[in-house]
Amino acid sequence: MIYTIPQKELINPGHLACQGCGGALALRTVLKTLGENTILTFPACCWSVIDGPFPYSAVKVPLFHTAFETAAVTAAGVKAGVKKAQDPNTISVAWAGDGGTFDIGIQALSGAAERNEDMFYFVYDNEAYMNTGVQRSSATPKGAWTTTTPTQSPKKERKKDLVSIIAAHAVPYIATACVAYPEDLTKKLEKAKKIKGFKFFHIFAPCPPGWKINPQDTIRIAKMAVENKMFPLFEIEDGEKYTINMPNPKKEKNVPVNEYILKQGRFRHLKEDDINEIQAFVDKRWEKLKKLAEI
Amino acid sequence: MKRDGKKIIFEKAGDLPPMAMSLGTTEYNETGSWRNERPVVDSSKCTGCGICWKFCPDISIKEDANGKASIDYFFCKGCGICAVECPVKAIEMKEEEK
Amino acid sequence: MSTQKVLMGNHALSWGAVTSRVQVISAYPITPQTQVVELLSEMCTDGTLDAEFIKVESEHSAMAACIGASAAGARTFTATSAQGLALMHEMLHWAVGGRLPVVMGNINRAMAPPWTIWTEQTDSLSQRDTGWLQVYASSNQEVYDSVLMAYKIAENRKVSLPMMIVLDAFFLSHTSENVIMIDQNKADAYLPKYDPEFKLDVKNPHTFGGLTTPDWYMELRYNIQKGMDDSYQVIRDAQSEFKSVFGRDYGMVEEYKCEDADVILVGMATAASTGKESIDILRNKGVKAGLLRIRYFRPFPFEDVRRVLKNAKQILVLDRNLSPGLGGITFQEVKSAMYNEKNKPPIYGFIMGLGGRDITVESITNLFEHAKKNDPQDIIWMEVKK
Repeated sequence: MIYTIPQKELINPGHLACQGCGGALALRTVLKTLGENTILTFPACCWSVIDGPFPYSAVKVPLFHTAFETAAVTAAGVKAGVKKAQDPNTISVAWAGDGGTFDIGIQALSGAAERNEDMFYFVYDNEAYMNTGVQRSSATPKGAWTTTTPTQSPKKERKKDLVSIIAAHAVPYIATACVAYPEDLTKKLEKAKKIKGFKFFHIFAPCPPGWKINPQDTIRIAKMAVENKMFPLFEIEDGEKYTINMPNPKKEKNVPVNEYILKQGRFRHLKEDDINEIQAFVDKRWEKLKKLAEI
Repeated sequence: MKRDGKKIIFEKAGDLPPMAMSLGTTEYNETGSWRNERPVVDSSKCTGCGICWKFCPDISIKEDANGKASIDYFFCKGCGICAVECPVKAIEMKEEEK
Repeated sequence: MSTQKVLMGNHALSWGAVTSRVQVISAYPITPQTQVVELLSEMCTDGTLDAEFIKVESEHSAMAACIGASAAGARTFTATSAQGLALMHEMLHWAVGGRLPVVMGNINRAMAPPWTIWTEQTDSLSQRDTGWLQVYASSNQEVYDSVLMAYKIAENRKVSLPMMIVLDAFFLSHTSENVIMIDQNKADAYLPKYDPEFKLDVKNPHTFGGLTTPDWYMELRYNIQKGMDDSYQVIRDAQSEFKSVFGRDYGMVEEYKCEDADVILVGMATAASTGKESIDILRNKGVKAGLLRIRYFRPFPFEDVRRVLKNAKQILVLDRNLSPGLGGITFQEVKSAMYNEKNKPPIYGFIMGLGGRDITVESITNLFEHAKKNDPQDIIWMEVKK
C-alpha cells in the first residue's frame, strides 16, 4: 500500500466515535505526525466519550481530561510541568471541539495565545455541540438547523471568525486544515513542530449525525467545503503572513456552494435566496482572504 | 485487578488506581457489531493506493500480504467512507447478515 | 543560629513556596492576595526560585494550570481570595478527583456583593465539600511552616489530595511579624522531591479522568474519603517530624487552658488567637475558661474536638462566617461532632466579625458573659446593629 502520511497509528480501534466521524479521523491523522512524545489535554467534547470509558483509552499517548473551558490553560500547565519535572521537549496539545474553543474556552484560549505558550491548540470543528445532541455553537454556520435553532428559525448569526481572532494575537503559526486533505494537514504539522510558541490549528471535521449526512460522505462533504471555499485552507504566520494552500491551485475553479448545502439535512429547509446569500458571503470572504494573502 | 483478555476486571475499591486512570485500550470493544453494511474488497481491483486506509476513522483497514487493502471486521463500523473514496471502486458495501 | 525575617502573612506564603521548592506557579491577582504573587514573580526572575510562573487571565485558569502541571509531575502553588476562590470552584473539584496535591494559599475575604475586601471565612468554608484539606493559620510563622507541611501531607501517596492554607485578610496577610526561616537543606530533607505514583508520562502513557459509569464512580469517591481518613495519621506524622527537626509544635487543633475548663470557646484563625487574651482575663477573674482553636477544618479533627470538649459545661463557638439559613459553619461542625457523645454540653453559636469587623478581646469576653444566661441558641448575633 502507498502511505502518503505516517503509517504508525497512535490511536487504537474500538473507540466510541460514531460511524464516519470526522473528529475521530482528525485526531488519528494529527497524532501520526506529532508522534509519541506528545501529551494530550481534552476538555469536554466528543472525544471525552470517543476515547472510551474508564479504565480503557483509545489514545496511545498520555491524556488528561479537563473541564470544558480550560483546554488551553491546562495544556499550558502540562507544558510547564514537563519543563520542570520531565522532558522539556514533550509536545503539549490542547484538543477541543468548537464549543470548547469558540464559546466556553475562548478566554483561556486567548490567554494562552497572548502569552504565546509553547503548545499546540487544535479545534476539531463540527459546527455545533454534537456530544450533547447538536445544539448551536458560535461555530454553527448561518442558516443551519440544530436542536436549539429549529428549522422554523434556523441559526440567524454567522459563524464566528475565530481564526481572525487568534491572528489578532499575532501567534507564530495558525493553520486551517480539513480531514479530507491529510497530506496538507501533515505538512502543516511538520512545519509547526519546528516553531516555538503557540500553534493554532482549525480542523474542519464533519459530523454525520449532526449534519444529517450519510456517514460514507464525510470525506466527500469535507472536500466540497474546501473546494467551494466555505472552508478555505490557509496558514497565517506571526498573525500577518497569509498563505493560501488550496489543494489544486492550478485547476482552481468556481465551485458553487449549492451541492454542499443541498447534500446536508441540516440545510434542507433553505430556499434559493438563502443559498444565494451564503454564496455571496463565501465569495466576499474569499476575495478578502486572497487580498490578505497578497500582502 | 484481573484481566480477561483485553478486558479489565475490578472487584473492589482497593483494586482501583488513585484516580480514574486507563489501564487498558479500547481494543476490547468489538465495534464491528455496530455494522449494518460490510465493506468487501475486491483484491483483483485494489491497487493498494492507501486512500481507504488514510480515511478510515476507525483504524480498521490494514495492508494484506499482497499490499492490498484488507478490512478488520472486528472493529469496522461499516461507515462506508472507504467504498466511496476508493478511486477504482474496489470496495463494495454489502448488507450485513445478522 | 536560625535566620529571621520580618514578613507580612502574604510574604510568609511566598517564602513557604520558596522553601518548598515549588516548580510551577500560576496565579491571578486579587486584593488582598497580591503581595504573595508579586514577591514570587520577583523571586522567579532573580533566581531565588527556579519555577515557571504562568500569569493567567483568571483564577479559574490559575487552578487549571496548576492541575495540568501537577498531573505532569510538578510541585505547584497558587494563591487567591474570595471571588477568585469562588471562580475556581469547579477546578477545586477537579484537583481532588484528579488526586493532585496542589497547594494554595487563600486569604479569607468576605464575598461580594457588595464590594468588600475585608476578612471573613465564608469564601473558604464554602469550599469545604470539594475535598481539599484546609488548615487555618493564626500567625505568620504558622503560615510559613504550614506551606512546607502542606506539601509533605498532600503529596503523601496515602493522601494525594490538594491542600489550602487559609489566613485572614489584613489581620495576617498585611501584618508583619517575625518569622524564623527554615534552613533549605533541612527543608529539602524534610520535603523530598515530588514523586507521584502516576503522572502524564510519555514513557508510561495513561489517560486520566475518562468517562466513569456508576459501576466504579462511587468507589473512586470512597477512595477519596479514605485518603482523608488516612490523612489524620499523615498530618500527625508530618507535624511530629516537623517538631523534631524545626522545634515548632503544631496539632490539628490548638488547646489553650482547656484541661480544667468549664467554658470552652471554639474558633479559628486570628479571632481565636485574640481569644487567648480574653481567656487570661477571665481566668484572673476566676472563670474556668479555655480556648480550642481549630487548625484543620478538613479533615475535621473529630477526635481532638471530642476529647477537648467532652468535659466542658458549656461550648461557645465563634464563627466569622455565615451559611444563611443555617448559621455559623464551625458551629454546625462542632455540634455534629458532639452529637453521639455521652456528655453533650450545651453549644452556643455566635456570629461575629463579618466583613472584617474587628473582633476585640472585649468582644470575646462578652461571649462568656452572654453564656451566663444559660440559654444556648444556634444563632446568636453579636455586635450587630439589629
